[in-house]
Amino acid sequence: MGRALRLALAIAGKDLRAELRSRTAFLSAVVFAALVLVIVNFARDPTALPALALAPSALWITFAFGAVVALNRAFAVEREHAALDGLLLAPVPREALYLGKLLANLAFVGTVEAVALPLFVLFFDVPLGHALGGLLMVTALATVGFVAVGTIFSAMAVRTRFAELLLPVLLLPFMVPPIIGAAGLTSRLLDGRPWSEMHGMLRLLVLYDIVFVTLSTLLFPAVMDE
Amino acid sequence: MQPYDGPLLAATDLARAFGPHRVLRGISLSIDAGETLLVAGPNGAGKTTLLRILAGLMRPGAGEVRVRGRRLSHGDPDARRPIGLVSHQSLLYDDRTHAENLAFAARLYGLAKPAAAARDALALAGLADRGGATPRQLSRGLLQRAAIARALLHQPAVLLLDEPFTGLDARAAAQFRDLLRERAALGRALVIVTHQLAEAWELASRVAVLAGGRFALELPRAGALDDFLPRYAGACGG
Repeated sequence: MGRALRLALAIAGKDLRAELRSRTAFLSAVVFAALVLVIVNFARDPTALPALALAPSALWITFAFGAVVALNRAFAVEREHAALDGLLLAPVPREALYLGKLLANLAFVGTVEAVALPLFVLFFDVPLGHALGGLLMVTALATVGFVAVGTIFSAMAVRTRFAELLLPVLLLPFMVPPIIGAAGLTSRLLDGRPWSEMHGMLRLLVLYDIVFVTLSTLLFPAVMDE
Repeated sequence: MQPYDGPLLAATDLARAFGPHRVLRGISLSIDAGETLLVAGPNGAGKTTLLRILAGLMRPGAGEVRVRGRRLSHGDPDARRPIGLVSHQSLLYDDRTHAENLAFAARLYGLAKPAAAARDALALAGLADRGGATPRQLSRGLLQRAAIARALLHQPAVLLLDEPFTGLDARAAAQFRDLLRERAALGRALVIVTHQLAEAWELASRVAVLAGGRFALELPRAGALDDFLPRYAGACGG
């Protein structure tokens, strides 16, 4: 396990360093997230719909699409010069390769979310103080789930000709359960509702994470087989 | 690496199809330490598919590959450790220097001193002064040398080479042939897949002609290439 973790960290470190140098995908995802927030905010009629009613949906639409943009780069970086073959040829357990990519994607999507969240507060003027801790937990739980699925779909899509188109088509249906759960929880958190009302949805998010992280790890070796 | 007496690379009854198109069928081979197998054949004969299966990058439809006696499967990553591959692509990242690329690969192979291993491999491929360059800054020939450096990085016992002389000038090709001779002399097993027979002929200890998805001809390499060419043409179907 120690060796697999070391290899996973080496792979994640390689991806993050590459992104730190270019910042291409990060900037695209952040600009995309900001655009979504701007459009949703200015499309709203403030006399008909209070900001707080729309805020949870706007936040999770932003996170979801920002994540898709971010996840598209996960395996795209391995396409040039068939670098993926280099990873598959090395004595690296396929599971460690998946874990490395998952860790890099979590760091990457988490950073996009960390930039989008203050923009969300700015645009929607949401009083986040009392709900911040809960919102961070919900964000972490939902993000782990859809990034786990997104990582394996990104690996599947990269070998096709239209990877950028295929990834959202594959991923978005699987994002629906965590996004619905997280949006519902965000709404309750912003309303200042008691935690006892949220246990069911939190359990759903935890269950989703366990099931899809496990399934994706188990299926990844087969996905990598030509 | 533990000593091993059997064939370094063995394949039994390999078959592979892409949809209805059967690319390989009934391919078996066995290569001992110090042997070099030259696999020749026309375009589309399945040479690259065979090499990818031997490298563990592609799963055969039937049959199995053993490297130093261990069956290649994704459940046994260490079985792939003795393999080095020079393919059509460099397997390098464009945004990293060659030194960084090779050091990263060295970490994947668990080498003790990744930076030193990268330096040694680059020097071996004649790129000692290009460690700070990125792949996109190199010509086709120099990039091929970088790919060779990556393949040799972990001192593989089995070297699989797909059209390895592509892009190399005459001097670099000659140096690379010397390098491959040294590897064979050190007890490595080599498989060279090419249709540029002249480049690899002198290196081969055995020659196999892949045509129609099968080894149409397999024999020890003897004599001059010119004497072999009529048989090669016959095996390829004219």
